Amino acid sequence: MNISLVMFLVFIAITLGITYWASRRSAGAAAYFAASRQIKGWQNGIAVAGDYMSAASFLGIAGIIAFQGYDGFLFSVGWLVAYLTVLLVIAEPLRNAGKYTMADVLAYRLKPRPVRGMASLSTLTVSTFYMIAQMVGAGALVKLLLGSMVTYNQAVIAVGILMIVYVVFGGMLATTWVQIVKAILLMAGTILLSILVMAHFHFSFGEFFGAISQVTYHDAKGATVVKDFLQPGLRYKPPYGPLDLISLGMALIFGTAGLPHILVRFYTVPDAKTARHSVVWAMVLIGSFYIMTTFLGFGAATIVGPDYIKGHGGTNMSAPLLAQALAGNIFFAFISAIAFATILAVVAGLTISATTSFSHDFWTNVIHNGVERKPGEEVLVARISAFVVGAVAIGIAIVLGPTANVAFLVALAFAVAASANLPVIVLSIFWRRFNTAGAVTGLGVGLLASIGLILVSPSLMAIDPPTVTGAARHLIQAKAWFPLENPGILSIPLGFLGASVGTLVSHEPTSQHKFNELLVRSNTGLGAEKATAH
Amino acid sequence: MADAVKNPEVTRPGESSAGTGQTVWDRVAESREFKDLMATKKMFIVPAFIFFVLYYFALPVLVGYAPQFMSAKVIGQVNLAYLFALSQFFVAWLIAGLYVKAANNFDRLSKDILEKAENGKGGK
Repeated sequence: MNISLVMFLVFIAITLGITYWASRRSAGAAAYFAASRQIKGWQNGIAVAGDYMSAASFLGIAGIIAFQGYDGFLFSVGWLVAYLTVLLVIAEPLRNAGKYTMADVLAYRLKPRPVRGMASLSTLTVSTFYMIAQMVGAGALVKLLLGSMVTYNQAVIAVGILMIVYVVFGGMLATTWVQIVKAILLMAGTILLSILVMAHFHFSFGEFFGAISQVTYHDAKGATVVKDFLQPGLRYKPPYGPLDLISLGMALIFGTAGLPHILVRFYTVPDAKTARHSVVWAMVLIGSFYIMTTFLGFGAATIVGPDYIKGHGGTNMSAPLLAQALAGNIFFAFISAIAFATILAVVAGLTISATTSFSHDFWTNVIHNGVERKPGEEVLVARISAFVVGAVAIGIAIVLGPTANVAFLVALAFAVAASANLPVIVLSIFWRRFNTAGAVTGLGVGLLASIGLILVSPSLMAIDPPTVTGAARHLIQAKAWFPLENPGILSIPLGFLGASVGTLVSHEPTSQHKFNELLVRSNTGLGAEKATAH
Repeated sequence: MADAVKNPEVTRPGESSAGTGQTVWDRVAESREFKDLMATKKMFIVPAFIFFVLYYFALPVLVGYAPQFMSAKVIGQVNLAYLFALSQFFVAWLIAGLYVKAANNFDRLSKDILEKAENGKGGK
């Protein structure tokens, strides 16, 4: 029997065990949506890291570094530094003033129905784009590893069903523990790979960096090229490259603090102090992981080589192929199983944040005016919406197919989070004058600007030569209207501008009166949600 | 468990004392202790935020607009660009550590405010 398959099944068995255990403790809304707020700081820190280190990090960054060297490492830097925004600005006020979603914080001073409706829409948008990217990745990975046994569609369906099972039966408690198991596996695999890479270079950094400075491969025309992979500019070339790099930085630094699946994690801990400690734990893990992408990415570039990777599954297979080159098929299977576990866990985290927002913000508060008609309805609606979210994600991932360009979906998720969610959270906490009209315009403008600019960006618009066919062809065959891949540099200021203009042209005395309440709550934790007993 | 049935508004420790329009929140917000807390927080958070944003964006700006300068080899084959990128991790950790230290002070200040609000002045 295939070793990869065995390892996949072992991981699935462990996670189903966790789900069964959690399902017996998930009674009540606080238990289902926020794991009774009893997760410890270090546990939540590991879970935040687990939620964050997606397939895009593990497979994607290793791949970008393996092909484009130093520029890929810049993703790693932004992904860690972004947590300072979470730590300094967002985590504690959110925990102090909210209950289950980011909209809770907005709803204090503003009119709950319009604000929650828009916040829920942007949460669902971010989660869905992010989720589809992960599902396509999972399908492609499983197909590559178990191609003879499982098709792409079957793999996507299996991932979809598993994530529905975790979320429907296990709620936030199961999702948290699946993240923790996955994060530990991912760290262990990455440390092992890094040590093996250094062993290959006789534990000499001189030798390692020497090899990086002369990576040899063949370009599109077949000519042999020797490049210094530590040299900046292999991916971000003039004229627009530098600007795109700054735009990407903005989307990462301000987008992470608006990602719904990260924000919901801070409601699972007892208080703001624990939320703070969990961010620090997450930063230690995430930082160490991203520093080690040096070994994964440059290791793949020097030991395996871009030529070989291109012929054996492409960029995203760089890390598993590195494992195979260093320690054979069993290690290859192990690393692939970790990649699979990573995807499953992240997809589960995204699903629970999407369903929480739908049932808590949209169903209970927008449609039913903040009153649960009967006990347990909110949780029931969340469970039902997990089925719907799962089915939609399966459907779209199958329609897009295994070769879809998913990188732009992740970029889109970060851009929407940075342009729509972050401005309204920040302004609501810090600006007394801010009001409902401002929040609704801010969310709307941020959402439209980031989606619109990506639609007309080089990710989707370009003129391909006739030799390029199928999924590699750009969706719109015309010169891109917006020159940057990442819209952040324009869409984030637009989000803030929309929120400010919307506020200034309208008048809402109550939101100003109630500012003191939010100010005191978010800064002192007075009246904050307490942990509940099981 | 308890809040499964309740309306999703979070428990309010005190509502407006009949008619005056001034709530517990207003009283706390205007107290000296609270203003001290806010001032102490600002004194750390504002400079720390500005510093990390400037330090971080220096990286894409330098790498993007001065690639030659950043390609200068510093130790063996290792160039300035890589070392600067690597330094970002340690600077981020350092700021996080300093923040946690400073935040212990915030916790102390807000504990006083919490105790006062919950015991005295008609909070319950």
